[in-house]
Amino acid sequence: MARFINIALLLAMLACALSVVTSQHKARKLFQAMEAEQEHARQLDVEFGQLQLELKTWADLPRIEKTAREELKMRMPEADRIITATAGGR
Amino acid sequence: MNFSGARAHKFTESPVLELRLPAWRSRLMALLILLSFAVLIGRSFYLQVLNDDFLQKKGESRYRQDLEISALRGRISDRNGDVLAVSTPMKSIWAIPANAPLETLVKPPAKPPAKALLSAEQVRQLAGLLEMDDKELERRLASDKPLVYLKRQLPPETADKVAALKLPGIGQDREYRRYYPASETTAHVVGFTDIDGKGQEGVELAFQEQLLGRPGSRSVIKDLRGQIVEDVESIRLPRDGKDIHLALDSKIQYIAYSQLKQAIEGFKAKAGGVVVADVRSGEILALANWPSYNPNNREHLKGAQLRTRALTDTYEPGSVMKPFTVALALETSKVRFDTVINCAPGRLTIGTATISDSHRHGPLTVAQVIQKSSNVGTAKIAAMLTPEAMWNMYEAIGLGQAPGLGFPGEVGGRLRPWKSWRPIEQATMSYGHGLSVSLMQLARAYTIFAREGDIIPLTLTRSDGTPVRAKQVFSQQTAREMRAMLEMTTQPGGTAPKARVPGYRVAGKTGTAYKVEGGQYVKKYVASFIGFAPVSDPRVIVAVMIDEPQGAHFGGDVSGPVFSRVMAGTLRTLGIVPDAPVVQAAAAGHDASEREEL
Repeated sequence: MARFINIALLLAMLACALSVVTSQHKARKLFQAMEAEQEHARQLDVEFGQLQLELKTWADLPRIEKTAREELKMRMPEADRIITATAGGR
Repeated sequence: MNFSGARAHKFTESPVLELRLPAWRSRLMALLILLSFAVLIGRSFYLQVLNDDFLQKKGESRYRQDLEISALRGRISDRNGDVLAVSTPMKSIWAIPANAPLETLVKPPAKPPAKALLSAEQVRQLAGLLEMDDKELERRLASDKPLVYLKRQLPPETADKVAALKLPGIGQDREYRRYYPASETTAHVVGFTDIDGKGQEGVELAFQEQLLGRPGSRSVIKDLRGQIVEDVESIRLPRDGKDIHLALDSKIQYIAYSQLKQAIEGFKAKAGGVVVADVRSGEILALANWPSYNPNNREHLKGAQLRTRALTDTYEPGSVMKPFTVALALETSKVRFDTVINCAPGRLTIGTATISDSHRHGPLTVAQVIQKSSNVGTAKIAAMLTPEAMWNMYEAIGLGQAPGLGFPGEVGGRLRPWKSWRPIEQATMSYGHGLSVSLMQLARAYTIFAREGDIIPLTLTRSDGTPVRAKQVFSQQTAREMRAMLEMTTQPGGTAPKARVPGYRVAGKTGTAYKVEGGQYVKKYVASFIGFAPVSDPRVIVAVMIDEPQGAHFGGDVSGPVFSRVMAGTLRTLGIVPDAPVVQAAAAGHDASEREEL
């Protein structure tokens, strides 16, 4: 009886030991994946900043004004041609 | 050793060969060996149990590493979230000259060096990537300093190419570069940082503490290939710098800047400034300044370009101070708006000094004194006031105190104590000479007339509806009367018809002040105009100051048109409903009394 218990315990211990190894391995794999994602997030943040910069460069007000005036031949309307619409209909 | 006698002799047991050593020698040896074991055991006990930190650390250092986690400096954006300053990662390339010897420098007979050399070809390659001159690079590499920066603020792609060359003794660091997309338009407000990311000017300096990120660090376990496999502990969490939302509106700022620039070029003026402020919240919607500079490229920067004139320069404001004198007289019931002041013959002698008007006027009502900007009329009104009352009023409207924006270098101007005023000085101060202010202080003081007689603090950052701390200076009645008078200056007969904005009722005051050089008034002028609109419910204050215009010098002619265009653009941008009949021809047919507020 005692021998049977011993063998059972031994097997249980082996199983536990192996599962510790696999879970440690899995943990490390997941951790690496997380690291990679975090790095990716950081890079995206940096890229966001750069895109904001680019957006500002394209949407630069002097540039808009130049394009509007020179290429699209737009101009300011006279004051009497501006009608202000309000939500209240006043 | 219990051989007895010579009973049997192998040659090894020969009695001749037998050592007759004293027994204590072997015991001594045994004891010594035992002792040395004891010492070894003791030492290892000491190292492993009693004082295990050292070895523990040594062991950990093989696989454990502390990593620095960098933090980003906060972004600066305008009220609509458009970025005005943003950091992007860059690389700096450094060299340890001792580890990167140049082939050309090692003399031929010298023995072959242990470390690899940088060949002329490699130096050429590196110089090409760094966009540097070969000679310059060699000169830096020949330096006897322990570490030299070869190039800073290099784009990461180029830095990767440098790393791919795998040159000995050349390394790189991560750093940040600040970009200012709005460039010279907002240069003075936003300011800039130095190469190490420390704020040097403007908001970058004023909000350095908030903008600054705090780098964190953490401890990790790395495997053979240098990959992080486990986080041991996070020693310090990194904290990114806080983003700063300014009250500035990029569009209004651009309108203000471009109009100011145009006017200064037109009048060949020396400098100028424009402040646009929100009457209700005290937010500064625009703060333009000329001369400006490109904060992204500061190579040819001069000190004069750096000054934010609206905040750091004071000048004698001139006539824009008159409304305050008149308001005080109204407030203390010394005059009414229709009290007649005799301004003839356009000169007034006080003591030994004479003050005069640039245009001669006859008898004027108090309202007309403001409308036509009469020095004599204002001086006569001031004579009814005590110096103490005037000083208290100046103090209340913020003269002599910095406006408190937290902006680096803001000044409070000069306001002398009333006890030392002579009568002539009281008279000149009433029309804005003999005291000095900054444009920002004036813009703030005008909130009194634009609001119901109360003054509010101005703010550079978006206030998001936080209630303002208003301080009552004049009564509501006085403020309303002053608004009506100030509106007259932009109407026919006033000093600033050019400040009118089609579709809106505007009010304001011109200022044409002589400059003081070496204690003397000289024939150089500061032309200014400060006003607000729409008069029926003021929303925006625009203050314009142009320093040393050529050709014309009256505030109404020089700064008035700038005011008009900036105000028109601001009102349109904010979507404020026009409050005046649009067609000017039709307006003439309207009864003028309809537009009177009194």
